[in-house]
Amino acid sequence: MPLWLFIFLAVVAIIGAFGVIIQRSPVHCLLALALTLFDIGVLFIGLGAETVGFLQIIIYVGAIMVLFLFVIWLLNLQTEADGGGHLALKFFGSIAAAALAAELFVFFSKAAAPTARMGLVAKDYGSIELLARMLFSDYLVGFEVTSVLLLAAIVGAIALARRTPAELVRSGSTVKSGSGAR
Amino acid sequence: MTTPLGYFMGLSAVLFAIGVAGVLIRRNIIVMFMSIELMLNAVNLAFVTIGRRMASMDGQVIVFFVMTVAAAEAAVGLGIIISLFRNRETVNADELNLLRW
Repeated sequence: MPLWLFIFLAVVAIIGAFGVIIQRSPVHCLLALALTLFDIGVLFIGLGAETVGFLQIIIYVGAIMVLFLFVIWLLNLQTEADGGGHLALKFFGSIAAAALAAELFVFFSKAAAPTARMGLVAKDYGSIELLARMLFSDYLVGFEVTSVLLLAAIVGAIALARRTPAELVRSGSTVKSGSGAR
Repeated sequence: MTTPLGYFMGLSAVLFAIGVAGVLIRRNIIVMFMSIELMLNAVNLAFVTIGRRMASMDGQVIVFFVMTVAAAEAAVGLGIIISLFRNRETVNADELNLLRW
């Protein structure tokens, strides 16, 4: 990946990430987050991880972001009056985050040979075939457990978000007396 | 001229720190949740970068798993937010103090 392309993508990613935490309207935060996630997907592709990069764009930008959007619209959230939070909290939160960034920079510069360039890799590096081969051999147990996790998440999400019949009666919106009859 | 891999790690560190700042500063639960997603993605970027450095696919497999867990987490988390909003009519974390002593 050429340096100029990386710098462009990095600037876009950081602008998008700041947009997430600075925008007042949740929908604008979400759009900034989608931009950042798309950008990270492009970075994955630039790093030679094509499959994961496209999965990132399809799953995150395509599916998870739309889920967030549905929830924001469902709850009909309005723009916050003052951006929320207290001034002291913002101040100390920013300082803590800056300290964390500095710490990570020091750690990475000592641990990860910062000037190392991309070495040559096999021609099928990052291909869907190699990824699938690893998923179904070395990581087979984790892959199968993932399906159980997804099933548990589906059941859990439905159990959390649905209303029990007792709640429906209490809120006066049962099928018999509901507003649908009007 | 190709980009040194350390630059990718630096970008990952910056994105992670911005995500931490979002969780600390914002009081809107949905935006805090988005910041968590941002942190997950920053770590994913580090995984792919280190995997590329070692010319191994393991980092990408881990990223695949992280994406799956993030999808499950988003479904459950948004379900919690919906049921919370239904009961308390707010998404402001300061007003949700049932578990606070």
